[in-house]
Amino acid sequence: MMVATGMKKTTLLGLLALVIRRDLVLAMRRRADVLTTLIFFVMVVSLFPLGVGPEMDMLRKMAAGVLWVAALLSSMLSLGRLFSADYLDGTLEQMMLAPQSLSMLVLGKMTAHWMVSGLPLVLMAPVLGLQFDMPVQALGVLIIGLLLGTPVLSMVGAIGAALTLGLRGGGVLLSLLVLPLCIPVLIFGTGAVEAVSTGLSAVSHLSLLGALLVLALVFTPWVTAQALRISME
Amino acid sequence: MLEVSNLACSRGDHRLFSGLSFALHPGQIMQVQGANGSGKTSLLRMLCGFMMPDEGAISWGGRNTRDLEEDYYAEVLYLGHLNAIKDELSALENLLISAGLSGVELDEKEALAALRRMGLRGRERLPTKVLSQGQRRRVALARLLVSDARLWILDEPLTALDVKAVALIQELMAEHLARQGMVIFTTHQPLQVTGVEMRSLSLS
Repeated sequence: MMVATGMKKTTLLGLLALVIRRDLVLAMRRRADVLTTLIFFVMVVSLFPLGVGPEMDMLRKMAAGVLWVAALLSSMLSLGRLFSADYLDGTLEQMMLAPQSLSMLVLGKMTAHWMVSGLPLVLMAPVLGLQFDMPVQALGVLIIGLLLGTPVLSMVGAIGAALTLGLRGGGVLLSLLVLPLCIPVLIFGTGAVEAVSTGLSAVSHLSLLGALLVLALVFTPWVTAQALRISME
Repeated sequence: MLEVSNLACSRGDHRLFSGLSFALHPGQIMQVQGANGSGKTSLLRMLCGFMMPDEGAISWGGRNTRDLEEDYYAEVLYLGHLNAIKDELSALENLLISAGLSGVELDEKEALAALRRMGLRGRERLPTKVLSQGQRRRVALARLLVSDARLWILDEPLTALDVKAVALIQELMAEHLARQGMVIFTTHQPLQVTGVEMRSLSLS
């Protein structure tokens, strides 16, 4: 017999690392999914200057809003897949039976989701911002805002993804559920850029975004875990 | 010890079973029998805590499993109709991850040994999407070898398995029972475990 003696137990952080690593490896092996989100983001943002026309003043003014709305929409694209693959192949059942808290597993999945679908948008944003002739200072604030805000989108989105798990047409429902909840992130994110372009300080907007991030970190994993348990019944 | 008292389950308006009570002690094995749709899977899913019973309670060591939560899950190994295997990952990666999720940190050597015992020698590093149904089931069943859970809940563990693999599963069950484990399972195939009395529970 090969078991029963001296089996090493996974720690809570070990479990978190395991889930993140697993989801990243899976994402790397299904690269098309990751690229779709990024390409969608780039396309939506690039269509605006073409549609609105090359008026620099107007483009500069709407840059932050366009980038934020595009980030919001493209983060919706990949949310549907957050739990559905694990649900369909039974991995989610195993996760529910994990001897450690399901919230921690969910946090791991959220983190991996952000690294795959949120972080690339943040890294791409400066290049796209230049298309809109954004000043460097405003670009900086935009990036910080996106860095603070996109994780919130992944985390709030995860609640919607968990609630719509296994539903037909869940994708549309998911957007209807999640987009309204993301409005504060959009307002503070664009507000920060607006403030800095009019010569004010962006600190207040950014700290509110930071506060949203902390709130989301504390509450969304637990709420998502509960939602998953409901969806499994 | 697993104790089920006065359990009832319905799907929609249809009552599957009610007033179901039994106890499973260390070293005991129980087969849940019944026609298709009689609620075998629902019962097992209730034991895992995926479904809330309409009535009744499930307790582990005298305490309700609803209160024990993670402490109870640590004692349970569940194998359902779904293999919980990722096509993109190799058999080895799949086993390491599923063991990790169930709280056991394996090293590669242990995982390889388990896969080889399951008859997957030479297939350990292939992506599981190129494996056959039976081989994928074996990858899932390899979890039985690397788990220290005391209660095995197996839903149709023998689907897609060949005669040799069935014999292996019977052997594994006997080993598990010998170290005071408990097994509750469903199957439509004949299954004998030597040296223990097979209890059976009929749902109708």
